[in-house]
Amino acid sequence: MEYVIEMLNIRKEFPGIVANDNITLQLKKGEIHALLGENGAGKSTLMNVLFGLYQPENGEIRVKGESVKITNPNIANDLGIGMVHQHFMLVEPFTVTENIILGKETTSGGKIDIKKAEKKVHEISEKYGLAVDPHAKISDISVGMQQRVEILKTLYRGAEILIFDEPTAVLTPQEIHELIQIMKTLINEGKSIILITHKLKEIMEVCDRVTVIRKGVGIGTVNVSETNPNELASLMVGREVTFKTEKIPADPKQNVLNIQDLHVKDSRGLPAIKGLNLQIRAGEIVGIAGIDGNGQTELLEAITGLRKSESGSITINGKDIRNISPRKVTESGVGHIPQDRHKHGLVLDFPIGENMVLQTYYQKPFSNKGVLNFKEIYKKANSLIKEFDVRTPSEFTLARALSGGNQQKAIIGREVDRDPDLLIAAQPTRGLDVGAIEFIHKRLIEQRDHGKAVLLLSFELDEIMNVSDRIAVIYEGEIVAILDPKQTTEQELGLLMAGSQRKEAGEEANV
Amino acid sequence: MSNRFKNLIVPVLAVVLGMLVGTIIMLVTGYDAGAAFVALIEGAFGDIYYIGETIRQVTPYILAGLAVGFAFKTGLFNIGVEGQLIVGWLASVWVGVAFDLPKIIHLPLAVLAGAAAGALWAFIPGFLKARFRVHEVIVTIMLNYVALHLSNYLIRTVLSDKSDRTPNIHDTASLRSPFLEGLTDYSRLHWGIVIALICVFIMWFILQKTTLGYELKAVGFNQHASEYAGMNVRKNIILSMVISGAFAGLAGAMEGLGTFGYSPVRGGFTGVGFDGIAVALLGGSAPIGIVLAALLFGSLKVGALNMPLEAGVPNELVDIIIALIVFFVGASYMIRIFIERLSKKKGVK
Amino acid sequence: MKKRKFGLALSLVLAAGTILGACGKGEEKEGGTADGGDKESKFSVAMVTDVGGVDDKSFNQSAWEGIQEFGKNNGMEKGKGGFDYLQSKSDADYSTNLNKLSREDFNLVFGVGFLMEEDINKIAGQQKDTQFGIIDGVVDQPNVVSIMFKEQEASFLAGVAAAKATKTNKIGFIGGMEIPVIERFESGFLAGVQAVNPDIKVNVKYTGAFDKAELGKTTAAQMYSSGVDVIFHAAGGTGNGLFTEAKDLKKKDPSREIWAIGVDSDQSTEGVVEVDGKKHNVILTSAMKGVKTAVVDVSEKSKAGNFPGGETLTYGLAEDGVSLAPLNEEVGNKSDIEKAVNEWTEKIKNGDITVPGTKEELKSFKAE
Repeated sequence: MEYVIEMLNIRKEFPGIVANDNITLQLKKGEIHALLGENGAGKSTLMNVLFGLYQPENGEIRVKGESVKITNPNIANDLGIGMVHQHFMLVEPFTVTENIILGKETTSGGKIDIKKAEKKVHEISEKYGLAVDPHAKISDISVGMQQRVEILKTLYRGAEILIFDEPTAVLTPQEIHELIQIMKTLINEGKSIILITHKLKEIMEVCDRVTVIRKGVGIGTVNVSETNPNELASLMVGREVTFKTEKIPADPKQNVLNIQDLHVKDSRGLPAIKGLNLQIRAGEIVGIAGIDGNGQTELLEAITGLRKSESGSITINGKDIRNISPRKVTESGVGHIPQDRHKHGLVLDFPIGENMVLQTYYQKPFSNKGVLNFKEIYKKANSLIKEFDVRTPSEFTLARALSGGNQQKAIIGREVDRDPDLLIAAQPTRGLDVGAIEFIHKRLIEQRDHGKAVLLLSFELDEIMNVSDRIAVIYEGEIVAILDPKQTTEQELGLLMAGSQRKEAGEEANV
Repeated sequence: MSNRFKNLIVPVLAVVLGMLVGTIIMLVTGYDAGAAFVALIEGAFGDIYYIGETIRQVTPYILAGLAVGFAFKTGLFNIGVEGQLIVGWLASVWVGVAFDLPKIIHLPLAVLAGAAAGALWAFIPGFLKARFRVHEVIVTIMLNYVALHLSNYLIRTVLSDKSDRTPNIHDTASLRSPFLEGLTDYSRLHWGIVIALICVFIMWFILQKTTLGYELKAVGFNQHASEYAGMNVRKNIILSMVISGAFAGLAGAMEGLGTFGYSPVRGGFTGVGFDGIAVALLGGSAPIGIVLAALLFGSLKVGALNMPLEAGVPNELVDIIIALIVFFVGASYMIRIFIERLSKKKGVK
Repeated sequence: MKKRKFGLALSLVLAAGTILGACGKGEEKEGGTADGGDKESKFSVAMVTDVGGVDDKSFNQSAWEGIQEFGKNNGMEKGKGGFDYLQSKSDADYSTNLNKLSREDFNLVFGVGFLMEEDINKIAGQQKDTQFGIIDGVVDQPNVVSIMFKEQEASFLAGVAAAKATKTNKIGFIGGMEIPVIERFESGFLAGVQAVNPDIKVNVKYTGAFDKAELGKTTAAQMYSSGVDVIFHAAGGTGNGLFTEAKDLKKKDPSREIWAIGVDSDQSTEGVVEVDGKKHNVILTSAMKGVKTAVVDVSEKSKAGNFPGGETLTYGLAEDGVSLAPLNEEVGNKSDIEKAVNEWTEKIKNGDITVPGTKEELKSFKAE
């Protein structure tokens, strides 16, 4: 079999660390090859070496059997290597076509020949089943569509080998499904794909072979048909990983959170939550299942005081917390792990240690009469870093420099440490690898076992099914069903989430 | 490249580049660049008198730099330092003229009046930003003009009888010091430099040591996370502008109570507030950096006056050289961002 | 308490300094004259401009021209030890510049503009060996000569000329800032107009700046469009906008009779405009202020050892310190105007009338 790309014994060092140590990756023509590893294992570094952004200290790169030196991305482009970045590189006010031709404008007499470009974009889009409208503005299209524009961009530039960097991290389940179809079409048309991921399910579904790296070291390459998720996970993490979260049955006590007939409007002033009722008791995890955009965000913001609600009541342990300031909500015993940890959870330019007191800095012992006590702050930070296994060079490292999993561990540590009666966890494992996911699930269940009420919001049905004690299905701003995860199926949940079958809230399955 | 080293090397590089291009221009136009720079340095430090004058000039630069830097640390761009400086100047002189009090009360009162006026002037854009999300850059620019013309109007109608300046402040409100003047051979050096240095400490202390500074920085870095963490973002925006404005007002008070002793009717801006932006940028908005940058700008300003006489370099060329340094300082900010982007990309994933 | 004592001690030192300084004065005056002969060969003179700069086509420029002329006549060279100037970029630079020149051992240093009063007063007390001259201001120090002009007398004549030249009986006045010097211009001008024809309306506008030509142009445009046909400016660089506007209007309609009156020096070269190959000049005349004459005069005296320290020299029509520039040839009733101007010149010189120098005086002013 012919290899289109061979990266042989690649070694890349940064001051103080070896990011890639003797890694070999061989890509066959027409295959989807997964590059699997935990966050920080060195996947991106390896791909940046291939794309010409870094120069390796050691090793050889061959394209179609010929040894090459890739010193910058333009050379990579010329060799037919294209990269679909995790963070899109698109100009929002420009149209799809304008974005695609950016830097490769077809000109006639000094003028951009947009018509010709549009035609070509349309042709490529048709050929690979991308269904992209060449005239649409980037700001008007969905995230999934934007990703296709990135794919189109590489194809337009004549890429034969496509590198996808964690492409599903930003997509909805439906979009992930469509992306997988597109990848298959690309293969049928003779392209080859490297898929950077840490999601085992995707690898099993779409890939032919998988190369595993762990802490910068190449572990080996296996055929997907000859392996299983458990084996891959242990190869990646270096130990056995359990997928089914172990937990004892819940022992719920008194009501902690009580929401009655809540009405909330969204940012555009339209009703987002319409008479929602929900109770969460001490010692249980309630999972909110629903398709994104059914009022989940507004619900959480209303509870945490970030958004004013129109009417209804929200109480914590009987105390009314509706429409009070976020700080007062926090002080009433609510912990919040926000959906977007970069935007809402951390001040990335603060040291991780200072992020640990983001809600409590004004209280003793962290400050006294308005003057901060850094000794106490860093003492607390250090103990949390140890307890929650936050891997950071030091407590003075900027939060920005930590990997996503460690940032999330820090947030969870911070929120749990305040000992809240209600812990809200919104997509707590988004973008994390299996090791981190396992850790976080354990922590949530631990909180439940300590008699806390936990509200889990997730778009991953696996997570909802695994972790929750009760599942509340949200549809168009109402809880349409409360289910027992042991007695329901993904199919049933899926149907309820799509709004096909309404049940009276709270009637069903009071576990 | 370590961060600390980068913070140091970038501004130094900017200054060197500015001087280099200035040298080339002087050589091309046929002037003696060596003599020009010698004249520049002598004009700033060559004599105890010039040292005194340089320190005097540095004083308002430090405070204007602090004003810009403080707002910048909290994510706001205060272009209105010039206007806040003008109202601070006027308010302090007003108190200095209108009251007759013992020095121990009068001087602090006049200084505080300057700070309060600057703070009030900065409160307006802070409030508008917090309440209505009006961009502070636009409001502060416009308020500069309002400050200029309002101050001129008040001087002409209220503070004097159609004169071109206010009366002189009473000695009890003056920052001037015969002791310092004697020390520096009759320069106009006054006690303001002490106040400026105290303010440097205050800014450092607020930002680094207090819960207030913690909040302000958090809001500056990430408004959303601060809001999630229960901080009052609006309050912090206003507060940040008010403190920034107080520094700017003090810069004006230093000029009014120290250098001049009165407030003139102005045909245009003093320029100190705008130079403060360059000072803050060059100093990386850090208190010590601002002191050093202010020192550089102050010595350039005072030293440059010596260049036409000593080296025969025409005034216009002197302006060009100063502008070049400012330009490269501005560019250094771009270089810094560029380096940061580059190093961010290179971070191991 | 302690502070108070410290303050007291300081003021004592200061007082002692003043007394000693006063003692020094007598000696210095003698010493100055004694040294005169010695220094004669290397007499040096310099000036500090205000923010208007040395090329302001107004009094900074005139002063510099005076110094250059004096230097040339005496075989001096530009630079240290000869004649030179320093430009001020802001108010804060006056003191530094004046100090610098006196420290560089220039014998005579001029400060151009009343804004330097304060600084010269202070520095003259410190640098007793240097002689200072202040233009448009008064400083009472033994080594300072104050040079004042009766601007009102020149502008009175400008007013007379304007009143004679106007056909619409509407005249304009554009001032820079509302300061005493400009007030003298305004009062004299209004008095001159009134003396010819009390029914003429004079539109007075202040632009608030001496360096905003754009502002001068808009103000002039408003006045001309409201029917004003003669405008006098006392606004430095701002006045250049008046000339631009007048020339623009003339270009559009060469038959229209509009006039501008210059200030400080004969500004007639600024008013030339060519329409269809024919040259016109929109400048009727200029109210001239003899800054140049005064600077040369004081320099000569100082060089000869007769520095009039402590005195205030006032230059008026009688001293040939101010005057009216030759009238424009294009104006229809030139001889008529000339006659009136000469009549009034005589009256002022003879002391028959006193031209008002403030608006207060203007109120009680009666021609005849």
